[in-house]
Formats: sequence, C-alpha cells, structure tokens
Amino acid sequence: MSGRLERVVPNVAERLSAAGTANALELRGVTRMFGALAALTDITLSVRPGERRAVLGSNGAGKTTLFNCVTGDFPPTSGTIRFFGEDVTDFPPYERIRRGLRRTYQISLLFGGLSVFDNVYLACRGVSRGRFSLLRPRRNEALMQAAAELTEALHLTAVKDRRVSELAYGQQRQLEIALALAGAPRFILFDEPAAGLSPTERSELVQILTSLPAHIGYIIIEHDMDVALRVVESVTMMHNGRIFKEGKPEEIEADPEVQELYLGGGHV
Amino acid sequence: MAVAGETAARTSPAVGPARVASARASEPDWATRHRVRLIVGLLLILLPTVSNEFFLVQVFGWSFVLGMIALSLMFLAGYGGMVSLVQMTVAGVAAYMVAIFGESGIQTISLGWPWWTTVPVALLIATAFGTISGALAVRTAGIYTIMITLAIASAFFYFTRQNYAIFNGFTGFNSVLAPHVFGVDWRAPVPFYYLTLVLAGASYLGIVYISRSPFGLALQGARDNARRMSALGFNVIVHRIAAYALASLIAAVGGVLMVWLNGQVSPGTAGVGPVIDILVIAVVGGIGDPIGPFIGAIIYVILRTFALDVLVAAGLPGARFQLLIGLGFLLIVLFSPDGVLGLWARWRRSRVAAS
Repeated sequence: MSGRLERVVPNVAERLSAAGTANALELRGVTRMFGALAALTDITLSVRPGERRAVLGSNGAGKTTLFNCVTGDFPPTSGTIRFFGEDVTDFPPYERIRRGLRRTYQISLLFGGLSVFDNVYLACRGVSRGRFSLLRPRRNEALMQAAAELTEALHLTAVKDRRVSELAYGQQRQLEIALALAGAPRFILFDEPAAGLSPTERSELVQILTSLPAHIGYIIIEHDMDVALRVVESVTMMHNGRIFKEGKPEEIEADPEVQELYLGGGHV
Repeated sequence: MAVAGETAARTSPAVGPARVASARASEPDWATRHRVRLIVGLLLILLPTVSNEFFLVQVFGWSFVLGMIALSLMFLAGYGGMVSLVQMTVAGVAAYMVAIFGESGIQTISLGWPWWTTVPVALLIATAFGTISGALAVRTAGIYTIMITLAIASAFFYFTRQNYAIFNGFTGFNSVLAPHVFGVDWRAPVPFYYLTLVLAGASYLGIVYISRSPFGLALQGARDNARRMSALGFNVIVHRIAAYALASLIAAVGGVLMVWLNGQVSPGTAGVGPVIDILVIAVVGGIGDPIGPFIGAIIYVILRTFALDVLVAAGLPGARFQLLIGLGFLLIVLFSPDGVLGLWARWRRSRVAAS
C-alpha cells in the first residue's frame, strides 16, 4: 500500500527545498464574517511542510470555514494566507490547487453524471496542462496511467466505469480522497473523511493516511478521536471561531478544559 | 466499457438482460451505436437517388441546418448545464455577415466580397459575438442565463429591425446565394443537400468526440459541480466561455447554410419565435445526446411542412399549424422530460426487461 502511494504521488522534494524554510501553511489574523456573524476570528496558525495536524472542535466552531478560507472557496474577510511562502490570499481556488493544495469535502462533492474513472482523470488533468485539449486521451497517456493507479490505490478499480451517483457511500468517500491525491499534492485538507464509514472502512482510511509519503502534510477535521489522534502529530482545538488550544495529541486528550468542552460533550 | 460492450454484443444476444444490471444499461452500447450511425449515414448519402428535390432541401437540408444550431444549444445545455437562447442569434449574425460582406440584392449595402473571404469573416464575427454573449452569461446560472441570453437575442432582433445603414432594417437582404465553387453550383438541390449533410455530420461527430476529451469532460464536471471543478485546478469561468466559443462556431456554420438555403435574411430570421424554436427542437429531440437536436429538427420541419396540409385536410384552418407543433411539444415534454431520445431509451429498456 505504502509503496503504491509513493508511486502514485510523485516526490516533490526539489520543490520543497526550493520553498526553503517557509511553512506549508501560514495564516495571519484570518477573519471570516458572514454578515454580522464572525465564523472565524483572528486565526493565526502555522503548519510545517509534512506536518500532520488535527483540527477539533464542536459543530459551528469554524473548522470547515477555516478550510474554505484556505482553499479560497470563501476568501477571508481579513488576514493573509501563505502557502509555502507565497501569499495566496487573493488567489482563486484553482490557482491554489495548481500549487499543490488539495482538499476533500465533508459532504462528497463529486461529478455524479460521470464515471468513477472520469472523476479521477479530471482530477489528474486539473493539475496538469491540456485542460482545454479537444483530443481524447490515449489509453497509454501518462495521465491515464496516473488515474488508473490512483483508482487502484483507493480500491475503486472494480467500479471504475460506474456512474458516481450509483456508488455506495463508502466508495464515494474513497473517491473523494482519490481526487485529493491527484497530481503532486504538497498539502491536503481532509474534512471529516471518516464520517459515515464502517469500522472496516475507517481502519482502511487510517492506513491510507499513515501511508502517505512523508513530505505530504495535512490537516484533518475529524470527530472520531480513534481516527484523528492516530494519524496526527499535533492538534488545534477550535471554539466559536477561535483557536483556544494547540498541542500534542496526548496533551490535548489530558487537558481538563478540553475534556469539559469537547471530549465530555457527548462525542461519538 | 466500449470493448466489453462490443464483445458482449457479438458473442451472444442472450447477455442482454444481464446488462440491465450494469451501470450504463440505460445507454445503448457502443457497438450498436456505431452500427446505427453507419446505416443512417449510408442511407442519407444514398437519399438523393430516391428523393425528390423538395425533400432533399426543404425537409432534410433545413433539418440539418436547424439541427446544427440546436446542437450548439445541446452542447451548452446538455454538457455544460447552460441554457443559452442566443444560439439562433449567433446563426443570424453569421447570416447577416454573409449578406453584408458578400453579394445580395441590396447592392447599396453589400460589399460583394468573394465567398472565401466572406465566409471566414462571417464565422469569425458570429463566433466572437457568441463568445462575448457567453462571457456575459457564464457568471449567472439557471433562469438568469436564460434571461440574459434572451435579452441579447431580443436586442439583436430590434437592433436589426431599426438599423437601416448596415442591416437594412425591416426588409433585410434577399438574393443571398450559395457560390459556384470547383465548378459546382452549390445552390442546386443535390450539391446543397450534400453540403449540409457533410457539415451537420461533421459537427455531430465532432461533438461526440469532444464530449470524451479533457475539454468536454471538464465541461460536464463543471455542470455537475462547479465548486469542485475549481478545487481540482480548473478555471470554470474560462472553460465555460470556451464552450460558448465552440458552440457559437457550430451555430455560425449553421447560420451561413441557413442564409444560403433561404436566400434571404431579415430581422425575423433570428426573432424571438425562431430563438424559442431552437430551444423546442433541442428539448423535443433530447439534450442528453448530440443526435437529439437532429431528431428534434426533423420532427419540427416535418410538422412545420405538413401540419398545414393535415389541418386543411381535416377541415380546420391551416393557419393553426403552430398549434399542432405546440401540442406535439407539450405531449413530448409531458411524457418524456428527456425528449424523444428518452422515450426511445425507455422503450428499449422495457423491451430488454421483457425478453
């Protein structure tokens, strides 16, 4: 599994060295208002290249809004976002994605009318040249190979010709992850990837996350502590749109304030 | 899928019911498609040996032309999720440009350029017009796209009707004729029939091919989920504008053929009536497949050509032929939201299920 993903997700060590000592992600004073409501207030956050971090917090804490600001789905009202040293605050989402940022969505956002393979192929095509090509891809084209390998790595080969709208829920979640691994990701945002998965599918997910190449960092939003704390080295706790605690998983678990606010509060 | 479907169809017809379970059973498989395309193509090539000239030009030629314009709408609506009512206007612009730059009965306005400069210039201007309209419309969705494109179409209609310096106002241009090229008189029925057949066939096959290209797939991706397309690295807005450009080129070719077929162009050519007719044609045929617009166009032209005779024969006033077209449209949309193609697919499924 590990070896396969190493091959599918090419090494970008040279690009990392080019980026120097810059953080993978650097948020400074990011605030996002929805009308008068502050969904995010003054978020300052740094994530090193290759770092794996969980963002925890109750519903409405602003976790998904944080992701939307980072990807540019909803740009921040104020503050700056740097991706590997580059100020991407005013970039449209596709420009950030082309620079190696990826994300999955909490509720699967897939192309229901297209086949599984077409979905993966589009993801591979989106981060390479020839997005406007009018020529059909040849079967031995590099991107077709990459898409086939990614489909295989996520156990989707058996259903690759099925329309996505006909897939089982667990498979849609797998596909969601496959799309985020296309091309050469440098940093991935996983938004509740385990939600609604069976125990078997959850352990598969943990395996996929832990076997990602070491240079790929990620932030994961996850309610399931068993998943979240096994795949990260640091944790950021959010509450009411603010960061109120950061630390190692064991520190966070032991923190009485956290216990009261979040872990004690009837989590799954 | 294509390969699997082909072998399955060849080895045994008994695998039919088994395929119902497969994901794409709702679509006819590729082998059958290729065969049907080949047979229909051959029949159309041989048609002039049996058909009279009226049928060749006024039924088939006209259907191919309207089918091409409706195909450009199908491409935008079916693959791109953008219902553009400006496609007939794009064709109208191309038709006007042929009349203005080339030769017509209005010698005070027409510049009399030869066809080999007139036609490219007409295509270029019409495509640019469609692309700019698209650029205005792509930031909107659904009903607003329809409204913006309809507004552009109406504006063009009223502008051409009131502008006498360039568009010759209410009268428009007459005696706009297809040229003599390579010793062939392209306004003669048989050559003109083949001209429309080849161009309509090429646009149909072109759209079929492009639908599976990265550009076509990305367009369908943007239709299903624009936000996710952006999160995969695609610039959805630019992609959609490019789709308008491609669709406009097809509509523009249709427009050039249209002015040669009718011999004239006037504001009414691209009035609100014809604009809606293109929508009706595409929807009646089915916007899920590039062949739909051509089926819709043939139904429309046949109704349009013969409804009058049928009505008169039934002792009703012939002027009510639009009523018959409207009723036909209503019935098809009522029973099959995905047009005639949808009816056909359902009939096919029920037949497979019964066997």
